[in-house]
Amino acid sequence: MSTLLLLVITGLGLGALYFLVASGLSLIYGLMGVLNFAHGSFLTISAFLGWEVGRRVSDGTWWGLAISALVGIAVGAIVAALTEYLLIRRLYERHIEQALVTVGLSLATVALFEGIWGTDPIYTEKPDWLGQTTEILGAKIPNDRFLLIACALLVLGGIVLFLRRTRYGLIIRAGVENRSMVTALGIDVRRSFTLVFAIGGAAAGLGGVLASVYYGYVSAHLGSTLLIFAFIVTVIGGLGSLTGAAIASVLVAVLQQFANFYLGGTGDLVVVVALAAVLLVRPRGLMGKVA
Amino acid sequence: MMHSPDTDTDTPTTDAAASASTTAPTARAAAGAKGRAAASAPRMKRTLIGGLALVVLLAVLPLLAIDIPGVLPGPTYTPGTLQLLAYAMLIAALSLSYRMMFGLAGLLSFGHALFFAAGAYGLGMTLEAFAPVAWPSELVFVVSILVSLAFGLVLAATVGALALRVTGISFAMVTLAFAQAGSVIIRRNPGGATGGDEGLSLDIANVPGALVGVLNTRNLYWVALGVLVFVYLVVLWVEKSRAGHVAEATRENELRVRVIGIRPYTVKLLIFIVASVLAAVAGMGYLLLQSGASPRVATADFTLTLLVIVVLGGVGYRWGAIVGGIVYTLLDQRLTALAGSDFIAGLPAVLRVPLSEPLFILGTLFILVVLFLPGGIAGIPQRIRSGRTQHPVEAEEATDA
Repeated sequence: MSTLLLLVITGLGLGALYFLVASGLSLIYGLMGVLNFAHGSFLTISAFLGWEVGRRVSDGTWWGLAISALVGIAVGAIVAALTEYLLIRRLYERHIEQALVTVGLSLATVALFEGIWGTDPIYTEKPDWLGQTTEILGAKIPNDRFLLIACALLVLGGIVLFLRRTRYGLIIRAGVENRSMVTALGIDVRRSFTLVFAIGGAAAGLGGVLASVYYGYVSAHLGSTLLIFAFIVTVIGGLGSLTGAAIASVLVAVLQQFANFYLGGTGDLVVVVALAAVLLVRPRGLMGKVA
Repeated sequence: MMHSPDTDTDTPTTDAAASASTTAPTARAAAGAKGRAAASAPRMKRTLIGGLALVVLLAVLPLLAIDIPGVLPGPTYTPGTLQLLAYAMLIAALSLSYRMMFGLAGLLSFGHALFFAAGAYGLGMTLEAFAPVAWPSELVFVVSILVSLAFGLVLAATVGALALRVTGISFAMVTLAFAQAGSVIIRRNPGGATGGDEGLSLDIANVPGALVGVLNTRNLYWVALGVLVFVYLVVLWVEKSRAGHVAEATRENELRVRVIGIRPYTVKLLIFIVASVLAAVAGMGYLLLQSGASPRVATADFTLTLLVIVVLGGVGYRWGAIVGGIVYTLLDQRLTALAGSDFIAGLPAVLRVPLSEPLFILGTLFILVVLFLPGGIAGIPQRIRSGRTQHPVEAEEATDA
């Protein structure tokens, strides 16, 4: 029982990370049809810069972590918005080329990060409490899982509120539903493109800082590793669906943890099989709209 | 009843009508091709002669001492240079097979590396498995090649049949998933068969002596050239065949092909299988050339590299993939050499860090090509000739080779 609980909560923590990456991917794809390969780079640059600032202010304290998180969110949002503005915007309606540009960007930036920060992982400090465990029903749960889950819930709530309660959220939702209609009504959807990129980048940036807490290190490949799973989550959840991404990230991460524990470390394989199975049975994903 | 003679005469023509309208989506291309074929028979002859001359030139390269400083690491007869050129040609062959899938049939696959790895690892593992068998070693070698080909074929048919049930981004994701599974299995090293992260080293017990060792790099170079020519001819044959035309039509307008009564699935599966088996052939060449296989060739990053190569060379052009493959490999190699040079080490950090990362330069170059040069390298002559800044392929269909 205690093992089960540990696996589920660890799975939820990992799922929270996946969700932070996948939410942006899913929104961006849903609104603009862009499969953003550079999303992992948004995460990595935020993790690095957040760590650089955090350790200079006060390393290994809550203060430092909070500042890292803020820096990460800001960096992610700015970098993502710039990417959209400088690269993606020039190629509207040419989806393959847009994806190709992000592929190039991710290759170039990962190499750049390796050049600046080296190829080896850099181990990070975190507040003492996060390194300890809390006992729940006999299971010793590492405390950082709670932080991850709380942050992901906040982000989910924040994005849902934004989409439902604000004017821009309304435009974005309408744009995902039927973009040409929104344009025909005289609304400039392009402004919300940059906005969606910034939101996705901010979520990924927060994810980057949290990933460095979860794994205990930052490295140039932090983003690319998470990105593959985020893709899988996005597709299983249904491209463009935020709720789908949330449900799928939990399912995928928990499944991965269970397979890793009970099936001798085959978590990655099981996730991939799950993706193939879902796509073949239900090509649009769990909550995706009919193509 | 009055119409019965009419219907009779009509029935046989339906087929012809259907096949005629099959080409309708690519009518311009097809008509253009026919027009060109009729009008420019001498030009085709010239292309043929040019191609033959190029192959002959490449074939005698190991016997010459041509030195291009800055591009090649040494004169063309040295093993180091031959190794690099052979590697470039294998990558070109692989890119050519990828272009057939992506450029011709419009199938954006993120799993092409899986089949290259299947060829490399398949041959390596069968050679190892057959090593204790007391057959003559030539027979073992040939049987191993056939077994790995069959393996590649079965794998391609299975993955293709499953993945092609979905289209677009979902297809890309299913192929990515299979490739990722393959990559994970190779890294896991089940039963010590794949060598895990260390990679697989070639068991030379049954490999012909002429293909082993640094001194025989020349022979391996010819093998690589043979693979490239073989792949090119197969791709050419498929592209000119009926199946190729249907695949092209499907890329442009799948619904229309369906309405005509042709099942695009079968044709797409055929293209997928042929491209994948060709990738496996290139993979075998790679195993022999490198006397081993590294798990890197099974990763999604390797497929992304292929995508970069094909787009860099020019998706609309068959020889674009070849040019892209060779340019990319040479650039990658030379940029790595440049990164380690004293000149770079002496630069201030702002310039030194980006310039010492070959992938950074290649990635940036790739972005610039996508943004400003949609036809790729192979599209440059067309651009200059027409003086247009427009996409040459979009402007007047691919004037392929």
